[in-house]
Amino acid sequence: MTATTNDTSTFEAPGLDWRRQIRFSLIGALSCAFIALAGMPIGLDRRSIVYPVLSLGYLSLLWVPFVLATLAGSQVVLEGMGERERDTRDLAAGALVGLGSALGLVGLMILVKNFDLRDPLVNWSPQLLDLLSFNRSTTLGMLIWVVLGTTLGLLGGAMHVVPATIRAKTMTVVLSVLLVSVLETFLTDLLEGFGLEVLTDFIYYKRGGLEILGALLVAVLAIAIPLLVGSRIKGVRARVQKMPPDERSRVNLVLLGVGAALLLILPFFLGKITNELLANVGMFVLLALGLNIVVGLAGILDLGYVAFFAVGGYTTAVLTSPNSPGFSPELPWPIALIIVIVLTGLVGLFIGAPVIRMRGDYLAIVTLGFGEIIRLLFLSDWLSGWFGGAQGITNIPGVDVGIGTVKGTDPRSVFLLVLVFCGIAVYISWRLENSRLGRAWMAIREDEDVAEAMGVNTTNTKLMAFVVGAVLASFSGAIFSAKVGSIFPTSFLMLVSIIILVVVIVGGMGNIAGVIVGALVLIGVLGGPKQPGLLQEFSQFKLLIYGALLIWMMLKRPEGLVPNVRRSRELHQDEFLQDAWLKGEIDTDDEDSP
Amino acid sequence: MNMLQIRDLSVTFGGLHALRSLDFHVEEGEIVSVIGPNGAGKTTFFNMISGMVTPTSGEILFEGESLLNLDPSQVTERGIARTFQNVRLFANMTILENVMVAQHCRTGQKIFGALLQTKAFKSEEIAIREYGEEVLSFFGSRLTGYRLNQPASVLSYANRRRLEIARAMATRPRLLLLDEPVAGMNPRESAELTGLIGRLRSEWGFTIVMIEHDMSVVRDVSDRVVVLDHGETIAQGSYDRVANDPKVVEAYLGRQVKDKNADEETSS
Repeated sequence: MTATTNDTSTFEAPGLDWRRQIRFSLIGALSCAFIALAGMPIGLDRRSIVYPVLSLGYLSLLWVPFVLATLAGSQVVLEGMGERERDTRDLAAGALVGLGSALGLVGLMILVKNFDLRDPLVNWSPQLLDLLSFNRSTTLGMLIWVVLGTTLGLLGGAMHVVPATIRAKTMTVVLSVLLVSVLETFLTDLLEGFGLEVLTDFIYYKRGGLEILGALLVAVLAIAIPLLVGSRIKGVRARVQKMPPDERSRVNLVLLGVGAALLLILPFFLGKITNELLANVGMFVLLALGLNIVVGLAGILDLGYVAFFAVGGYTTAVLTSPNSPGFSPELPWPIALIIVIVLTGLVGLFIGAPVIRMRGDYLAIVTLGFGEIIRLLFLSDWLSGWFGGAQGITNIPGVDVGIGTVKGTDPRSVFLLVLVFCGIAVYISWRLENSRLGRAWMAIREDEDVAEAMGVNTTNTKLMAFVVGAVLASFSGAIFSAKVGSIFPTSFLMLVSIIILVVVIVGGMGNIAGVIVGALVLIGVLGGPKQPGLLQEFSQFKLLIYGALLIWMMLKRPEGLVPNVRRSRELHQDEFLQDAWLKGEIDTDDEDSP
Repeated sequence: MNMLQIRDLSVTFGGLHALRSLDFHVEEGEIVSVIGPNGAGKTTFFNMISGMVTPTSGEILFEGESLLNLDPSQVTERGIARTFQNVRLFANMTILENVMVAQHCRTGQKIFGALLQTKAFKSEEIAIREYGEEVLSFFGSRLTGYRLNQPASVLSYANRRRLEIARAMATRPRLLLLDEPVAGMNPRESAELTGLIGRLRSEWGFTIVMIEHDMSVVRDVSDRVVVLDHGETIAQGSYDRVANDPKVVEAYLGRQVKDKNADEETSS
């Protein structure tokens, strides 16, 4: 050991933590091999990120050494404990993890070359080998991977050594290039709407992906814009902070109004594809907001939420379609909607009444069952005289709003309709959260027995959560019916319930903004159960990515992308209390007598 | 007429007689302490009054009306509020929200009031908030001011107990059931809370039934002490009378050995 320094805030770690590096190397090697065998490099190769140097297929492998090397070097910093000084050991560790990950691929290449396991593993093919060896000889390919992996690992490790500002800048550049590339369809659509095709033609290659020059431009802008605007925004924000509360709330109100107006204008500048995509996102926002009331506020884990979506959709279909087999009043959509809301609310009551007497796991399983029961009823021969069984109901007319008809062939109008209903749903969620009913829901989520003992009628309150959730889902169902024009039981699989739940969890349970962000990220980028997202190439890996994302979120950020303050407090109780204690907010004494 | 009248009440859990034909009554304005060794059935007794446990037989009358077959929330609505032995606050709700939600059964705004932001809704929200702050200020500055919007989980142990009492007060009860209100408090805190319990009766007009192990608190505030053991009332009366009752001494300390037969009797 070297002589101890006077500075007690740093301590010498004895060399490399071999165990940790080897563990991360193994994780990297396995992830690389798994991703390659899952077919991502082949399936995603067509989509360029930066043409012609980087495709999404290669990116699906390249992120592994970099991210794992960064993770391997990160450490938990405890309050009052010194941070280990960063030095070349971090670089070495990073390079080691990068090398380890690359060796996973090298090993896979050797195996693929010498054995044939195509039978169980579909992607165990010469094509994969070609792709992995960059269409050169296998040996050269292996060499490239070793160098590439080590370099990326080194860079990942270097993230800890370089000053924080450089790290932040690098991250901004990398993320903005990725984002601009991923959002290509959306951005081209948007810029075309403003007549700025010149710009998109410059940065995007004509068959997808950024041009190299375009990528450079994006990188420069990503550094320049925050430098130019950052301080000004900070200044404005500080001024708003200093305002008296009522003036600040007025500013917020104005901002909200401007935001809403912009959102309503937005569809007119967007093309068909983007409008369609955002309409799908909006329908999932509606569903997720409804489920958020049930799961996020009242704490009732409902795994059969799709049932209400189905009831809303089918009721609309029966009431409006001339082809409805049993009963066909052919009502206009707005009138049908009122009946749909009432009926779905009633179904919420009927399903809720037996279910809410249960708790926890039992409740989740029973709701799962009810979700399937509803779908099977719509599918059954018994009710096919009403709902058409597997043939479903077709020829559902659009929504007649006087100036035009909202239907699937005109995604812009659908998106506008969805926006209006999202606005209503956000308003409902927001008002209810801050009301007598909302507080009762939260109390039930915290401790049902005590809530009951404090005078909350838990049965009625939980039923109300079910009914409100059902009504919000029925909005989505009614729009879905009118948009698609036909309705089949296959649109209401259990998977839909699960995906809505994932949207709520990933976005941030109990938080309206979180739920919207969750829907934008998951449904918008990856795609819904049947709806394509921005990365259409991902559709066959969608569930894999959903699952991986869910696991990662549960481990690292269980409160979601945009957390609800309360919920994150609950999940990080210990840290929160420690922080509060350090800030002197916890009262440990009772000296302040009244 | 007695405020609370319990006659011949029994509860069995499987073969265990938690309470055996218990008779109990509280007069309006009284402070009654229920004491007894561990497992005597004190908390079961509270759970039964508050509707969380259904008695096997017997009757409970509150202001002349039966409480049997009522849900806990309905019991609270009739005017009985309780605290819990192992403090059970809504830990992730703020201190103010804890006392606001407790006024649920005294308020009536439904979903449409909240959605349309009616005048009635707004004024009720203000009333709920004001009453909540009033209740909290009973405990001095500890639970008010900047603390109002902090989560209940940051409170110290003693303050959590105080917030529990405040939450029970917020339901606007006439009868308050306190389950070991000073457990875990230091002597100074428990002395202070003893004073507050007296004020709960004199200033707020609550009738109080309290389970307590701290005999100094029991001595200082109770009008009457009821001793439970093995689910039965073994003594009741003033503190001094009960404290010197040989049966009570026996329940707490065990019987003195007089002869061999008696010893065998107790151990069997």
